[in-house]
Amino acid sequence: MTDATTTTTGTDAAKLLRRHETMAVIRRTEKAAHDLFMSGLVKGTTHLAAGQEAVAVGARGALRDGDYAFATYRGHHHAIAWGATAEECLAELMSKATGSCKGKGGSMHLTKAASGMLGSYAIVGAHLPMAVGAAWSARLRATDQVAVAFFGDGATNIGAFHESLNLAAVWKLPVLFVCENNLYMEYTPIGTVTAAANPAADRAPSYGIPAELVDGNDVVAVEDAVARAAERARAGDGPTVLEARTYRHYGHSRTDPASYRPEGELERWLERDPLTVSANQLRALGTSDDDIRAAEESAAATVEAAVDAAKAAPGADLAEAFTDVWADGGAEWRT
Amino acid sequence: MTTYRESVAEGIAREMRRDDTVVCLGEDIGAAGGVFKTTVGLFDEFGPERVWDTPISEQAIVGAAMGAAMTGMRPVAEIMFSDFLACCWDYLANEIPKVRYMTGGQVTVPLVVRTANGGGLGFGAQHSQSVENWALTVPGLKIAAPSTPADVVGLMATAIRSDDPVVFFEHKGLFASKGAPAPDGHVVPFGQAALLREGTDVTIVGLASTVPLALTAADRLAEQGVQADVVDLRTLLPLDVSSVLRSVERTSRLVVVEENPYQGGWGATVVSVVAEEGFALLDAPMRRVAGANVPLPFADALEDQVIPTVDKVVDTVKALVDY
Ligand SMILES: Cc1ncc(C[n+]2csc(CCOP(=O)(O)OP(=O)(O)O)c2C)c(N)n1
Ligand SMILES: [Mg+2]
Repeated sequence: MTDATTTTTGTDAAKLLRRHETMAVIRRTEKAAHDLFMSGLVKGTTHLAAGQEAVAVGARGALRDGDYAFATYRGHHHAIAWGATAEECLAELMSKATGSCKGKGGSMHLTKAASGMLGSYAIVGAHLPMAVGAAWSARLRATDQVAVAFFGDGATNIGAFHESLNLAAVWKLPVLFVCENNLYMEYTPIGTVTAAANPAADRAPSYGIPAELVDGNDVVAVEDAVARAAERARAGDGPTVLEARTYRHYGHSRTDPASYRPEGELERWLERDPLTVSANQLRALGTSDDDIRAAEESAAATVEAAVDAAKAAPGADLAEAFTDVWADGGAEWRT
Repeated sequence: MTTYRESVAEGIAREMRRDDTVVCLGEDIGAAGGVFKTTVGLFDEFGPERVWDTPISEQAIVGAAMGAAMTGMRPVAEIMFSDFLACCWDYLANEIPKVRYMTGGQVTVPLVVRTANGGGLGFGAQHSQSVENWALTVPGLKIAAPSTPADVVGLMATAIRSDDPVVFFEHKGLFASKGAPAPDGHVVPFGQAALLREGTDVTIVGLASTVPLALTAADRLAEQGVQADVVDLRTLLPLDVSSVLRSVERTSRLVVVEENPYQGGWGATVVSVVAEEGFALLDAPMRRVAGANVPLPFADALEDQVIPTVDKVVDTVKALVDY
């Protein structure tokens, strides 16, 4: 296991400013989702990723068009990083016809298959084998695509995690396992239920998989680490485990006030807010405060327009309840 | 003549020859040819890039098949014994059948999960259950369960070419059975039951192992002057209820023979449709000859107590005809 060192090599300011703006779009979308929930326009539940934006945006930045991503119920940031618009995401949360899944997915299942983001899955760990399969498929079709699975610290204790690491290692598949270690599985500190200090990275060596710990609030560090892992994968050297330390700003889900957090913990992490980190990196690269502010304002305007459009959109088409079970579009079960 | 067992490999091989995206994975399916020898010859013909031995990782087998299916392949995954579907049930219950729907049609999952199902070989409680009813509880899965060698090939062709996920139940008790080989290009569409014998007194509906059982029972009944229609459903989903209703229209009596347990068995779905839509056609109550609501015992004599037998079918039909 190697400790990643943050390097801005190869990251020019313009590129980083784009990452910063995407992270700002995600942050604003999460805030909008929260507010819309409070005003009764979003039902069910949401698992917001505010605070974890850098993992999704850094990873996407390091990958190519056509690479595959599989996410969890906490997946708004991955969907947006893979090109879903704030509007189609918020419309989906608001049960609108214009939602990315036509109202049949909701917050936990945002998907942007057209750009390789093949779903958000709400059974913990279930999508890791799928990412392994997508990587296997890339190899069988002789493309140089890679697949990445994003998952939480809690997912490292489910069998599918271990089955996936083993299979990916023995078949030497081009897959990246990216753990977003946000310190909690639901309401329980991960350390109290896990026999490894670094739940993903410490397990990887037993499967012969290289692992890296990375600062999950530093988009540049994530991008560099994912780029290294993707290069190994494309070269035929097999999977990598990345464990990104990060923190969610909201509670686990909509109903969780997160009162189990020790005093001062949130505040300490807010000082290392991924948007603050990237703004500082931009300044160090010579980007002006005006340019940074302009990017953030552009993000805010995008999400404001998205909220308005989603609110104005028609509700889910009732006929959609009976479509998309089968590939022919229908739901017939008898002849 | 060929065997049901050889027809499994034959059916897969025919599809692998016509479509490079068809790949197989499972435990011991490669050079070893599978524990039931149902994949013999595939590794030799297609090699290790098409036929993959896996670790004992049922979730990874089916989950990886799903990921590959979503990205341009047509995987055929083997789960050695159908009882082991429980180890990867999340994929059959929550992932594979739901992903197309919950993404609003953004993805398709053209895969086949093949598995050796059912009793009759004395493998005991954890290797003998008929679990086709498990799959029937899940909207979003297609289900095939052939009863003859030719149907194995013909339904396998449809299963592998299907853009929808298919659970393909191969019955352990039928592997050694023989029948006419499938002609070239043989394809059996899903949702088309086969009327295997015509009679006027009773309709007997079977699936997989209970089809030969129903045919034997029909022979015995004929000697006693009772003429039975025997319908092989071939697939549980789509479910060919039209063929069942058409037959009951002529016979006015229905007996369903199913190896899965009575509790939650597929026969309940068949009789409920007939009750709702064909009640006026009936001259007697419908009957289900099903597995008993107990785990499968080991000893042959005990196993016979709890799964359908020819005697049970004959007795049930006779009681019904006298009704
Ligand atoms: C198999 C399964 N068990 C339990 C749950 C309920 N559950 C949802 S999220 C969660 C915590 C997951 O924690 P982690 O993997 O760290 O991800 P995070 O929510 O922190 O992003 C649990 C227990 C579930 N969805 N699936
Ligand atoms: Mg967590």
